[in-house]
Amino acid sequence: MTKPLIGQEIARQISGGVPQSVVDSGQSWVLVQPESVLQVARYLKTTPGLEFDYLTCLTGTDYLDYIEVVYILTSMKHNHSVVLKTRCNREKPEVPSVVELWRGADFQEREVYDLLGVKFAGHPNMKRLFLWEGFKGHPLRRDYL
Amino acid sequence: MEIGKPDLSLREFDLEEGRQIEELIARSQQPIKDPDEWLDSGLRQNVFMTSIAKVLNWGRHYSTWPFGSGLACCAMEMVATASSRFDITRFGMDVFRASPRQADLFIVAGTLTWKMAPAVRRLYDQMAEPKWVIAMGACAISGGTFAHSYSVVPGVNRIIPVDVYVPGCPPRPEALIYGVMMLHKKIDKRRFRQQD
Repeated sequence: MTKPLIGQEIARQISGGVPQSVVDSGQSWVLVQPESVLQVARYLKTTPGLEFDYLTCLTGTDYLDYIEVVYILTSMKHNHSVVLKTRCNREKPEVPSVVELWRGADFQEREVYDLLGVKFAGHPNMKRLFLWEGFKGHPLRRDYL
Repeated sequence: MEIGKPDLSLREFDLEEGRQIEELIARSQQPIKDPDEWLDSGLRQNVFMTSIAKVLNWGRHYSTWPFGSGLACCAMEMVATASSRFDITRFGMDVFRASPRQADLFIVAGTLTWKMAPAVRRLYDQMAEPKWVIAMGACAISGGTFAHSYSVVPGVNRIIPVDVYVPGCPPRPEALIYGVMMLHKKIDKRRFRQQD
């Protein structure tokens, strides 16, 4: 069974590696600044003892005040996992892409862009995945009708 | 419908695809009429032609080759229908063709999205006459749960004319077989040199 790491402990480690990136943390999650997602992700992937080499899931949620992007990370080596979250501005949501770290993020970032409108800066092919070019709006936003 | 010219760049290709889908949506706001008004139009043909039609229909009836097209979960029931327990071979339908050009029957099994719709229309156009369509399951009939969704076609009869509707979510293999038997009845009523 994969062991979920304690969010607060990971947050303390991240604060040491990437200063001023952690906003909040809980039992199972760490909330970071949207601008520092890529540095935090790289830190989590490369730091010995953490080595999150596998992105299980990347998804987004619309909370009306902000859009939250969630990364569920797993380490194949140590068999542990952690949830990384970031909250971005609803009007102009932009988060750095993590495709260069985990190739599996490619389609999932495109999906989040397609359905929620979050732009992933640095993504090699940032376009709609499911819907067609020219579709108006992002249908998983809660004000979409 | 033309899908692409060889020198289109990827971006232009996407835009072209989007344009075609938008155009198809604009064109498909009303359902296509079911092709069955000929069924009760009375027999106006001579005895000789009726006999030929009978033989032809008998042949078509027992060799309706379906096109293996599964769009969503209904496809599992379609596969179950084809496999040994329900055994669609009894109706001479065991050969699921991988190409529309060799198929007579299009079983639309599952949810049809607008992005898939041009492809379905194209496959239908590629099938040789005479051809039939079964709309299998709630999504194919009316859009089902997703009827008012932003991306789902509310019934495949917006895109292609449907001969038999098989309700269910998903329909049991028995239901699909019953639909196939209904279709056979319809095939038996076809007249010689019928254009529909």
